[in-house]
Amino acid sequence: MQIELKRIHKHFGKVHANKDINLLIPSGAIQGILGENGAGKSTLMKILSGFIQADSGSEIILDGKRITIDSPADAIRFGIGMLHQDPLDFPPMRLVDNFLLGLPGGLLLNHKKAMQDFAALAREFGFALDPESYVDTLTVGERQQLEIMRLLFLGARVLILDEPTTGISAAQKEKLFATLKKLSAQSITVIFVSHKLEDVENLCGRAAVLRGGELVGELQAPYETLKFVELMFGKVVTLGEKQSLAQEALTLSLNNVALEDARIKIKHVNLDVRAGEVIGLAGMEGSGQDLFMRACAGLARTVGGRIQFKGQNLTGKSYHTFKRHGVNFLPAARLEEALVPGLNLMEHFILAEHPSGIFIDQPAGEKLAAERIQSFNIRGGPLSNIESLSGGNQQRAELALLQTPLDLILLEHPTRGLDIESVIYIWGKLKERCQQGASIIFISSDLDEILQYSDRILVFFAGQVSNPIEASQTSVEQLGQLIGGKGWADA
Amino acid sequence: MTQETLLIGLAGVLASAAPIVFAVLGETISERAGVINLSMNGTILLSAMGGFAVAYNTNSLWLGFLAGALIGALVALIVAFASVTLQQSQVAVGFVLALTCRDLSYFLGNPYMGLTGPRLTATPIPFLSDLPIVGVLFFRQDAITYLSFISIALVWLWIYRTRPGLVLQGMGEKPAAVYIRGGNVNALRYVYTIVGGALIGLAGPAFSLAIRAGWMGTISGLDGVGWIALAITIFGGWNPARAAFGAYLFAFLQWLGLVLQSTFTEIPSQVLQVAPFPLMILTLLFVNIGNTEWVERMLALLPEPTRKFFAKLLRAMRASPPAALGAPFERD
Repeated sequence: MQIELKRIHKHFGKVHANKDINLLIPSGAIQGILGENGAGKSTLMKILSGFIQADSGSEIILDGKRITIDSPADAIRFGIGMLHQDPLDFPPMRLVDNFLLGLPGGLLLNHKKAMQDFAALAREFGFALDPESYVDTLTVGERQQLEIMRLLFLGARVLILDEPTTGISAAQKEKLFATLKKLSAQSITVIFVSHKLEDVENLCGRAAVLRGGELVGELQAPYETLKFVELMFGKVVTLGEKQSLAQEALTLSLNNVALEDARIKIKHVNLDVRAGEVIGLAGMEGSGQDLFMRACAGLARTVGGRIQFKGQNLTGKSYHTFKRHGVNFLPAARLEEALVPGLNLMEHFILAEHPSGIFIDQPAGEKLAAERIQSFNIRGGPLSNIESLSGGNQQRAELALLQTPLDLILLEHPTRGLDIESVIYIWGKLKERCQQGASIIFISSDLDEILQYSDRILVFFAGQVSNPIEASQTSVEQLGQLIGGKGWADA
Repeated sequence: MTQETLLIGLAGVLASAAPIVFAVLGETISERAGVINLSMNGTILLSAMGGFAVAYNTNSLWLGFLAGALIGALVALIVAFASVTLQQSQVAVGFVLALTCRDLSYFLGNPYMGLTGPRLTATPIPFLSDLPIVGVLFFRQDAITYLSFISIALVWLWIYRTRPGLVLQGMGEKPAAVYIRGGNVNALRYVYTIVGGALIGLAGPAFSLAIRAGWMGTISGLDGVGWIALAITIFGGWNPARAAFGAYLFAFLQWLGLVLQSTFTEIPSQVLQVAPFPLMILTLLFVNIGNTEWVERMLALLPEPTRKFFAKLLRAMRASPPAALGAPFERD
């Protein structure tokens, strides 16, 4: 299906989120839509998928016919299906029920037929999905496969994918790309929205770049990476040289640590972390790295072994004890676990600083907040509510909230969903901390990030933990294999 | 106690649970759609009074039940309007309605205090009622009790076996996902809240026209039933069959209190009358205790086979509420 977007405008109040966007996507193309956070990609895709409506005067033309899309249900009737970044499915329900929900049909459910359709589709794309299992046992990658199947079954001829490679493993990414190429060969149009250059380069035959709500350029494969970066940011951005800031002194020392929760058991972890050192934790989601990190923060109990922190035994001590000793933990769920929705930036800084006295010193608080906002380059004012900030700015605010002095920073997915400029900025700030002697342990599903910023790497697979691997002596390929459970004999 | 009296006693349990069954089914439907109808306690009182008043004036039992259902639907409409359209706190709105409806029922019901009105009598079903045991238990009841049996089956079938029921399940879980699948979330929430409210509204006349016929104002003994029904909905894990089981368990405990009272005369009767309430709360605790971390830690101390057994038991009983319960839905 060929899609033509003409003069697309969208205002949210005063914000002009899409400015006069004109784009032609030929049938069967894999079209990349690239841009940093807030560039207007999501707005454009929501317009195309019927979630929101463009301002009047905007035109969407499908195979030469002008159409109006009033709702997602409308969009799917026209054959446009969207895969959302957080899959819009029902975690406590079975796969087959997820597949069935929303399909047209009679009053009574026909599970038997749904099972057959499901199995046939899964076979066609080589997805190993069990229709009887529950969605909350699936990885993000598998949930995407489920959604793709459902949309195709509904007759989608245009598939929009919003940041689909965030939070999935390398193997799943390969599988996804293979699937998309197969669909494109069946003349299904794929629109691939991403802020990851590399993914767009690997997959898309053509790409459009958005910046500040405008379409600033269209490119065709083969691409010139620098040209891309320049279009995205309006300037050239490069990763810094990889450098190690590790010192001699030990910060954290784990001796034969064993951990356990309802899902997973981890045994015999030995690790010495030096001051200024960065340790990356790689593994598929739920392989034990989150439990490991919570144990380092004092949030999960150890069932065996010792945790020494700067020579002191902190085994079995509480989170607050760890915190007093200079351990800070930044969880992945920013608004649920790390920040307080409803409070503004100033109030967050006051909470973090524990100033004395009962009453809030408003002027002093605002001054403190203004200073931090400036030094951490946060887009927002002291009185901006935390949930009104973009993801990247929330992440900067979290960094600004870290206590000083600090010896160990634990980070879960510190840059997930952020554009490369924010990533570079955040790691710059973190490396400053390393220079001051803080160690960092972080979880990421982005292997390039792990290789770029870690000194050593631990790989997790189903509760197994590898020995520390020197980042300089490994590769994305080796890590990818280990994450998938291969090549453990020599790890 | 002879077998005969035991059976009749148990048949009485099934009948006296009917109002609570309606209430928990109604609440289950409403909460599955994502709307908490906290007004239940007031709704039941108001519909008990209203149902009796209508039946007394028209001398028609069926108009009485219809009036009860309409009152329930009307209160639910207010809940839906406040929470879906105005996007206000469902807890605050429901709580205020619970208090208002209760006081309104006492105030408006004053002229009907202690009057004798029509009363639903048992309708034994031919042939089936002659079956041994089953006949006494299930087929010598009154019409509203039969309706309660049928409702359990219908609500269960609707939620788990029909296409719209699947959408209902999804709506309490993730309304945005229902929306992209073409469901009109807010309209459906209205529908289910009102249907649920009508079921809750049937609970009132099921008391005032059948079990405890008449309207006795503050001494009707109905105040509190709605709150316990709310707890039973949670105990039921938003599954109509389990919720109905909870309603029967509660009625059984009440009946047991009465029976034991005559056997153990040394126990103050108040203790046995009140006992079902804390017992229900304890059951509730037991059901949901598996969610907590300290229980998991305690379990870890047990020897492996015992631990596995308890872990399995707790997991089977554990029920998590619809994820979007109480949250208004906005497109984006």
